[in-house]
Amino acid sequence: MARLTPIDTAYFKGERADDFAVIGSAVPRSDARAHVTGRTVFFEDMTLPEMTHVKIHRSTRHHALINRVDVSGALGVPGVLRVITHQDVPNNWYTVLRLIGVGPDDEPVLAEDRVLYRGEPIVAVVAETEDAAREGAARVTVDYTDLPAVLDVEEALADGAPIIKQAGTNHFVYEGHHCRRIRFGDVERGFAEADRIIEGRYSSSPIEHAPTEPTGCIVVPQGDGRLRIHTNTQAAFFTLDNTALILGVPPTSLRVVGGTVGGGFGGKVDVIVEPLACIAAMLTGRPAKYVYSRAEEMQVSSPRAAERISIKDGVMDDGRIVARKITLYVDAGAYSRHSPYGTTKAAAHMPGPYTIPNVHVDAYCVYTNRTPSSAMRGFGVTIGDFALESHMDRIARELNMDPLRLRLKNAYRDGDMKAHRKIASGTALVEVIQSAAGLVGHDLPPEYRAMSSTERSEG
Amino acid sequence: MALRHGRGYAAVNYPTGMNLGGDPSQALVHATTMGGFVVTLSSVDLGQGLRTVIAQCAAETLGIPIENIIVDTADTDTGPHCMGTFASRGTHRVGNAVIMAAREAREVMLQVAADELEVDAEDLETDGTGFVRLKGSSEMKIHISDVALAAHFRQGRTISGRGIFLKEPSSPVPETGEMDPDSCQAHACTVAEVAVDDETGVIEVLRLYNTYEIGRALNPALATQQVEGGAWMGLSHALFESTEPYYPHSREHGPVDFTEYLMPGPADIPAQTSLFLERPADNGPFGAKGIGEMTANAPIPAIANAVYDAVGVRLTSMPFTPEKVLRGLDELRAGRAG
Repeated sequence: MARLTPIDTAYFKGERADDFAVIGSAVPRSDARAHVTGRTVFFEDMTLPEMTHVKIHRSTRHHALINRVDVSGALGVPGVLRVITHQDVPNNWYTVLRLIGVGPDDEPVLAEDRVLYRGEPIVAVVAETEDAAREGAARVTVDYTDLPAVLDVEEALADGAPIIKQAGTNHFVYEGHHCRRIRFGDVERGFAEADRIIEGRYSSSPIEHAPTEPTGCIVVPQGDGRLRIHTNTQAAFFTLDNTALILGVPPTSLRVVGGTVGGGFGGKVDVIVEPLACIAAMLTGRPAKYVYSRAEEMQVSSPRAAERISIKDGVMDDGRIVARKITLYVDAGAYSRHSPYGTTKAAAHMPGPYTIPNVHVDAYCVYTNRTPSSAMRGFGVTIGDFALESHMDRIARELNMDPLRLRLKNAYRDGDMKAHRKIASGTALVEVIQSAAGLVGHDLPPEYRAMSSTERSEG
Repeated sequence: MALRHGRGYAAVNYPTGMNLGGDPSQALVHATTMGGFVVTLSSVDLGQGLRTVIAQCAAETLGIPIENIIVDTADTDTGPHCMGTFASRGTHRVGNAVIMAAREAREVMLQVAADELEVDAEDLETDGTGFVRLKGSSEMKIHISDVALAAHFRQGRTISGRGIFLKEPSSPVPETGEMDPDSCQAHACTVAEVAVDDETGVIEVLRLYNTYEIGRALNPALATQQVEGGAWMGLSHALFESTEPYYPHSREHGPVDFTEYLMPGPADIPAQTSLFLERPADNGPFGAKGIGEMTANAPIPAIANAVYDAVGVRLTSMPFTPEKVLRGLDELRAGRAG
C-alpha cells in the first residue's frame, strides 16, 4: 500500500477538475520491482569483450603553469594502451551552454599550459584494466610553476586581485554588467521611508549531489564506424551535441543510450566523461569505460556552489517590507559550466515570494581557483531561500511579530508585479502558510485566515 | 545543561522549467499492431518515476488502460529531442509533449474505429477499459486491438502522433532584469520542531510539517516520494553536508567517501506530516507544476529558525554543525557577561 500525502481539496475548489481516469491515481512505479530486486540494468551492468578503462591524472595545484608533462612512466605500466593529452582532443575548449548561445568557451577538456583548480584533468590514461589505468595515471609527472590562487569570492572581486580568467575578469559579464541586475522601484527612497533597516548576511559551503550511482559511461565502437555511448547523463541530447562538438565529428556518428539513472540531482548534467571515453574508444578501436570513483564524485564533480548573500531590508513597524537590497555571490569555481545560468536564476528568484515595491539585486557569478560548481537540485534558489527565510524570521523577531503573519502580510498574490516585472499568477503562498499553521495549531486571527491569493485584502 | 526545544517556519515558491525557458521536450506516440501504444522520448528517469507519470498522461489522453502504454526513454537514435531531466521540468515539459502527441494519435485511432464501425468519429468515445464505443450505445464498440489491426492490415494508416512543448526563450533586459523566467510557481510552507543540546551543540529535528501546493498531483504516491525525499535532503543540507567543511578558509579535510561525507541515517529522520494543495497551472499537464527541486528548500531555513527559537543562536552559515551552535552559545554568554 503506497503511503500517500493527503490532498486538501478545500483550497481552490472551483479551479480543480475531477473527471480523470488515471491522473491522480497512485499508479505503482513501473520500475520499482526491478529496482528492489536488483534487475534494473544500469550502464555499468554491461560487460563487453576487450573493454578498456580510463583514469585521469589530475592537478595537485590550485593555480599553476604547466612547464612539462612526462607520460613515460604511465606508458611503462603493463596494460597501459594509450595516454590522451589535450593534443588528442580536436576541440579542447568548450562550455556546456554554448548550444543555447552562452559563451565564451572557457574550459579545456584536458589542461594545456595552465591549471585553474586542484583536481583539474591533465592526462587521461587508457588501459586494459582499471588498476593499470589508475597506476598509469599515478605515474604521470607534471612540472608546475605555482601562481597566486584566488579562493574567496570577495577577494576575487577586490581591486588588485590576480585575474585568473582568460576573459579578463574574475566574474561573468552579463551584457556589459558585472553581475545580473534586478532594478525595481527606488530602493534608496524605500530605505529613507522605512521605520527601520534590518540587515543580515548568510552563506553556505559546497555540497555534493551524492548519487547512489557515480557519473560514468561506456563507449562502444560500432561496425559502421559510429560510437554508441551508454551513459547515465541527465540530458541525452545535451551530451550528444556537446560531445560531437568537442570531437569535431558529425552528431550522426554518435548515439547516446541512457534513460535509467541511479540518482542525478543535477550532478549528471555537465558533459565531462563522454568526450574522453569516446576519444579512448577512437584511439584503441575498443570499448572504453570512464566512471568516477566515489572520491572523484565528491572532490572533482561539480558541487552545488557556495554562496554568500547579504540582505538589507527597509521595514515598517507594521511589518510591511518596503525595500530590499540583495548582493549575492555565487562561487562558480574555475570554470563556467552552468553557473552563469544559475546566477541569473538566483536573481530572478529574488526577492522571494513577497511583494516589495523597491528591489535592488546584484547577483555575481564569480570565478575562483576551486572545483567548478554547477547545477544541483534547487539550482540558484536553495541557498537564496535559506537567506530569505532566515531573514524573514529575523525581521519578525525584531518587530516582535508573529512570523507567519509577517509572511502573510507581505505574500505575493495574483496580479502583483514581481521584481523582474512579470505579473504573478497561480500564486498560493497565502494558502500554504494558512494550511501549515493549521497542521501545527498555530493560531491566526480571522483576517489572516480570510486572506487569499486570488484577491488582495489587507491583513 | 539541557535539551532546549524550538519551532521554526519557512515559506517558499519555486519556478517550473529551465530558467528563461527555451527548453523543449518532444514526444512521439504510435500504436503497435495489436494496440500497444509506445511513447518514444529522449527523456531520462532519474529515479523520480518519470516513466510512470508519462504513462499516466498518455493513458489519460488516449483514453485507454495504462497497461497498454510502453514508455521508451533516452535513445538518441530513436527518440525525439528532449532538453533533459532537470529544473523541475520533466513532468511539465514531457507531460505536455506527450499529451499533444497522444491527442493526435487518439484522433487517428477514433477515425480508424469510425471507419470500422461505419459511424462518425465525433460520435465516438473511449471508455478507459480498452474499447472505443459509440456515445450512448452499449452495442456499438470496438476494442483498441481491433482498431490497431484494422489500421495496420486493412486501412493502411499509422495511429501516431507528434508532440512538443516549448516555452519560448526570454532574454533579460540587462539594465533592469526584466524577464520571464518560469512557466509557473509551486509553493511550500514548512514548520520544523527541533531539540538543541546546549552542551554538545547537536541539533535534532524532531518533526517536520509541510504543506505543498503543486498544481496537481498526477500520481500522489510519486509526489509523496518527492516531498519526503526532498525534505530529507533539505535536512541533510541543513545539518550535515559539505565537501569543504572549512570553506572558504581551507581546501583540506575534503571528504572522499560516505564515512566522511555525512548524511542523515534512519535514526536522524524526523517524523513528517505533509499535506498537498492543488491550484492547477494553466500551462501544466492536467494542471501539474514542477515540484522536484522545491521540496528540499523550505526545511533548511525552518530548521535554522527553530534553532533560534530554541537557544537564541542565529545560524547564518550552512551546514549548522554543533561547532557553530556552540560558538553561537559562547557569544551569547559573552554578550550577557559583558
